[in-house]
Amino acid sequence: MNTPTLTLPAPGARRPHPLTALAASVPGSVGLAGAVLLFFLVAALWPQALQTHDPLQMDLAAVLQAPSAAHLFGTDQTGRDTYSRLIEGTRQSLGIGLGATALSLGLALLLGVTAGLGGRVADAVISRVLDVLFAFPTLFLALLFVTVFGVSVATLIVAVGVGTAPGYARMIRGQVLAVRGAGYVEAARALGHAPARIVRQHILPNAIRPLVVMLTLGVGQSIVWASGLAFLGLGVAPPSPEWGALLDAGRSYVTRAWWLEVMPGLAIVAFALSVTVIGRHLQDRLEGKVGRP
Amino acid sequence: MTAARDALPAAPADILLRVDNLTVSFGQGPAVVRGVSFSLAPGRCLAIVGESGSGKSVTARALVGLAGPRASVQADGLAFGGEDLRRFADRDWRRLRGKHVGFVLQDALVSLDPLRAVGDEIGEGLRLHGEAGSRAQRQARVVELLERVRVPEPAVKARQLPHELSGGQRQRALIAAALALDPQVLIADEPTTALDVTVQAQVLELLEETRARGKALIIISHDLAVVSRVADEILVMRHGEVLERGSPAEIFGAPRHPYTRRLLDAVPSAHSRGTRLAPASAPRWAAPTGSPAAPSGLTPPVLSARHLVKRFRGPDGVARTVVRDVSFDLQAGETLGIVGESGSGKSTVARIALALETPDSGAVTLHGQPWSAVTERERRPRRRGISVIYQDPLSSFDPRWTVERLVEDSLGPDPADRAQRSARVSELLDLVGLPAAFRHRRPIELSGGQRQRVAIARAIAPEPRVIVCDEPVSALDVSIQAQVLDLLGDLKAQLGVSYLFISHDLGVVHHLSDRVLVMNQGEVVESGAVDEVFLTPRAPYTQRLVAAVPRLHRAG
Repeated sequence: MNTPTLTLPAPGARRPHPLTALAASVPGSVGLAGAVLLFFLVAALWPQALQTHDPLQMDLAAVLQAPSAAHLFGTDQTGRDTYSRLIEGTRQSLGIGLGATALSLGLALLLGVTAGLGGRVADAVISRVLDVLFAFPTLFLALLFVTVFGVSVATLIVAVGVGTAPGYARMIRGQVLAVRGAGYVEAARALGHAPARIVRQHILPNAIRPLVVMLTLGVGQSIVWASGLAFLGLGVAPPSPEWGALLDAGRSYVTRAWWLEVMPGLAIVAFALSVTVIGRHLQDRLEGKVGRP
Repeated sequence: MTAARDALPAAPADILLRVDNLTVSFGQGPAVVRGVSFSLAPGRCLAIVGESGSGKSVTARALVGLAGPRASVQADGLAFGGEDLRRFADRDWRRLRGKHVGFVLQDALVSLDPLRAVGDEIGEGLRLHGEAGSRAQRQARVVELLERVRVPEPAVKARQLPHELSGGQRQRALIAAALALDPQVLIADEPTTALDVTVQAQVLELLEETRARGKALIIISHDLAVVSRVADEILVMRHGEVLERGSPAEIFGAPRHPYTRRLLDAVPSAHSRGTRLAPASAPRWAAPTGSPAAPSGLTPPVLSARHLVKRFRGPDGVARTVVRDVSFDLQAGETLGIVGESGSGKSTVARIALALETPDSGAVTLHGQPWSAVTERERRPRRRGISVIYQDPLSSFDPRWTVERLVEDSLGPDPADRAQRSARVSELLDLVGLPAAFRHRRPIELSGGQRQRVAIARAIAPEPRVIVCDEPVSALDVSIQAQVLDLLGDLKAQLGVSYLFISHDLGVVHHLSDRVLVMNQGEVVESGAVDEVFLTPRAPYTQRLVAAVPRLHRAG
């Protein structure tokens, strides 16, 4: 056993059957996150399956009731069931969160990649534009947009998407610049690969990698931005039970009925957390735990 | 063990450091150092030699109480002077370190605080141990120390930040810091690794001088040749155990343990030309011995460079010429070595040969066709005729990709059929000696030697006629280096490729090359057949370079 050969561990020991491995390797937290996501998915597609009450049905005999068996998450100032309203609002909230994040990422990719790869002039122009946009608070940009184009779910998505894009764009630009100088990009160039192929195969995926977790957090953040707009009266109009609107509506009763604030807040946190846990797990599973301390 | 201990040279009466049956383990894991014993007297130098993972650095760190918070250090005896180190608390260790035992850490760049002036770093030990009174006195002492380790312009360098010093100067500053309090024992962990050979020679000289002044020295190294020059006694370690011990003459003249013999054989040099370095890896085919048929002069060279010049503008805006009028021809089936120290421009020549850099003047032709003078678009389809193997394969792999995808990616458009491509990947992995099961691993999950094999598989996949190797074995342990060099030799014999082989290691170049260019400060100072250049160097620089190479002093 003295030979200085490469010691190769038996590969069979490392890689059991994929399905067995999947079952054994999914941590409990990922399973839980999956269950939460599935719940919200059902709530978005088929709210009636989960609701215990009619979300718009007022009941003046049961106003501002604390959570109980009859009303899981309590009732609001007109006696509507908070839990059923949350379920009802899932579709809009997820739509705003995912839509705004997707739009934000799209814009950021366009700007960031153009700046990172488009040469000195494109980089200078885009970077200065991003600097200017950075001078305005995100909320201000979103506000401006809603004021100009009026209130609707679509405007909210665009408003929040545009408002949060500069931050991501700047990160993507930095990543693209870093990845562009990486050894594997030069190796691909030395192999004679076309620039378009190198961008597609190496630069884009590696530039976006570190952003995946930020983006999953961004989904929750977008919902919070939308609720911020609702707070200013520029969100989706009541009685729509969008989560942000629920937060806004419960604001006046926060000292008497904590559940009106806490329950929608928990829904946002639970959703954002689940997306993050799943996103991270998928990233590790698909690409290996690399490049992260 | 007993036999080995008997071989200990008769110890002088005044033993400074005595280690008896030292064992170190981390947490619940197996011991990483087992039963190591030695003693050290003033004016003596002990060398601990081994490859990565041999436990040599942990041994050194255990001697100064730096093995780490999770380490469990046990010994039958561990004494410095009259004190029992086994009883030491943190406070005692701090008193010992610096003042009585100086420790030179590996990797000078990381070990110096990048935001502190070098002089402050050296002076800190003086301050902490309450020596050298006032600030001005300390500064004077620091300059004196830097002068003693022969850092040029010590007063200026003391005020500079680590990145403003060269690698050799940083290493010398670290030694100065370790010597600041005049300790009786100096422990140096890989003191010359990553240094150029002439700088390495200077650092070794400095260490020898330190020993001559009556200090005891412990040198940790993977490099047998370095150690053979300064050590009085050598311990060869592997897997945490001392396999062999003795004087350099004993170890190099008549190694008793097979591992020591293999380590010695694995060192490439002129003696090993045309032979295999690692006996463990049997050749897959009969490699022709000796050099290939001399270039007939009838076939055009596969790669040819004429009067290459390259300038780079530095951060200060001043253009520096890094490559100056470099010309060479690489014939089919030939290996052309380029040796030089860091900053000699050899890597820039490699990048120009690969057309990753455009020469400011001069031209490269590949397979008789213009190469540097055409547009990238024209070059792209021809790039498959020339490949590259880097020093650091890991950074040249997309971290998301598996071995399979990395190799498959470089196959090019043919064959188009998926099954055929997969079979070709298997064939290539087999050719470089990687088991098929490795195809699903990611590079991060491989060892250094395995990564370099993947890099080689990727380089030969497009069936190039020329492979540019830029320091391909510099980051590898000597036995792994031997395997990779053997593999490169085999592939050349089997595939008939030509290598442009760039290295700072004269032994490696001598082992593999047919002809060699010696570069210094961007210029070719000497070129010719490898034996001629290295055995009878004509240029003064080559003579200096060859003289600076530490050699194994073998008997016979």
